[in-house]
Amino acid sequence: MAEANYPDDLLYHPEHDWARVEGGEATFGITWYAQDALGELVFFDAPQVGAHVTKDEPYTEVESVKAVSDVFAPLSGEIVAVNDALSEKPETINEDPYGEGWLVRVRLSDPAETESLMDAQTYEAGLE
Amino acid sequence: MSSTAETSLRRTALHERHVAAGAKLVPFAGWEMPVQYAGIRAEHVAVRRDVGVFDVSHMGQVETRGPQALAFLQRMLSGDVRRIPEGGAQYGVLCREDGGVLDDIITYRMGEFEFLTVTNAARHAKDLAWLQAHAAEFDVDVIDKSHCFAMLAVQGPRARALTRSLADGPPPIRRRCAERTLAGAAVTICGTGYTGEDGVELLVDPGDATRVWDALIAAGASPVGLGARDTLRLEACFPLYGNDLSEERNPVEAGLGACCREATGFIGAEAVAAARRDGTAERLVPFAIAGRGIARPGNPVTGGGVVTSGTYSPCLGRGIGLAYVSSELAEPGTEIEIDVRGSRRSATVERKPLYRGKGS
Repeated sequence: MAEANYPDDLLYHPEHDWARVEGGEATFGITWYAQDALGELVFFDAPQVGAHVTKDEPYTEVESVKAVSDVFAPLSGEIVAVNDALSEKPETINEDPYGEGWLVRVRLSDPAETESLMDAQTYEAGLE
Repeated sequence: MSSTAETSLRRTALHERHVAAGAKLVPFAGWEMPVQYAGIRAEHVAVRRDVGVFDVSHMGQVETRGPQALAFLQRMLSGDVRRIPEGGAQYGVLCREDGGVLDDIITYRMGEFEFLTVTNAARHAKDLAWLQAHAAEFDVDVIDKSHCFAMLAVQGPRARALTRSLADGPPPIRRRCAERTLAGAAVTICGTGYTGEDGVELLVDPGDATRVWDALIAAGASPVGLGARDTLRLEACFPLYGNDLSEERNPVEAGLGACCREATGFIGAEAVAAARRDGTAERLVPFAIAGRGIARPGNPVTGGGVVTSGTYSPCLGRGIGLAYVSSELAEPGTEIEIDVRGSRRSATVERKPLYRGKGS
């Protein structure tokens, strides 16, 4: 998508990651800002289902023509699904960072961690 | 980058055009330059399949004129300057006495006693000082002409036809230049480029730059930024000063022996001759990653050596680059291993170019 966009129903991490929390699980991805800064993504190293991710720590990488970037976990938990379609079409992350470009789905180990994440307005204000 | 540094960046005559076209602008060698417009991949493909136009006004120009201009440049440049006809061009390097590369340059012969050398932006001031310091022994004037020119590169299989359609005469063949009128502006058209495709480069008065740019865009050229310039030149295996070339490397190990004529006695010729005769410990080679992953500058090569340029090749669909490797690993087909952020990636030493454009 060409224009900056930060949906209200997501929680945001300062390393430009988002989480969509639904019950005890959450979907993770990278924000519009992150994909725009990286440019066209060409590789996504899908992590393994069952791997544990820790809030504020990298759990995978995305790579664009220009640069490689760590992807940070906004919350802790166990990976229950990965978006395998991205291995063939990583550019989906650029085209639809909050929809088809999701990265992993995680069963949260500490749902209270969500309290430290930002809402869309706070995250967007931090980008100024 | 601090705001102080940003305000000191220089802008080309085409800055407003880049902003209007939605370019992403980045600092580059002291200039604020467009890194991309529509996206690196789309711009790359436009040059490979059709025609793109680059603003390369950050590059420097040095004029050398006077009765001993030829003798002076023969001492300074690695090539045989006598072999450049009037209206011709030659690629070469400037060397230190020890053979270390100060810059890689293209020199045009504008007249019997008049030459114009195009320098890399980041090296221009140093080149100029180096040339002027050595000019005292010759009856020659070395003049900074950077402020006199905007420079546009028109590259791709349709570049020549598009340029022809806007000019009062045909564009010159490769490594020749010609004075033309293009879109009402006086332009020096040069049959040179940095993409591996056919194409031309245009030297124009900065005051005419927007007129020429607008005419090229209106005729169908896609604007292309420095991002795709890098992926294009790497597919073509052209070295980039500051990445692949430096004062610590001589032209032989950098794979530029072909542009050196030691018999001319240029500064550094003895060191270059020794490197050619004795061989060098390392050599710059193109490589392609076997699987996924992209090597980046600074990644170590197992067994010694280092990646100096690395990116994703839009035409090949995998990671490519240039690396200095031990000379025994430099033969095409040799399997090498590159440490990419802790992961060992297999790669193969390839022949130049990694991708052959229609004009290379």
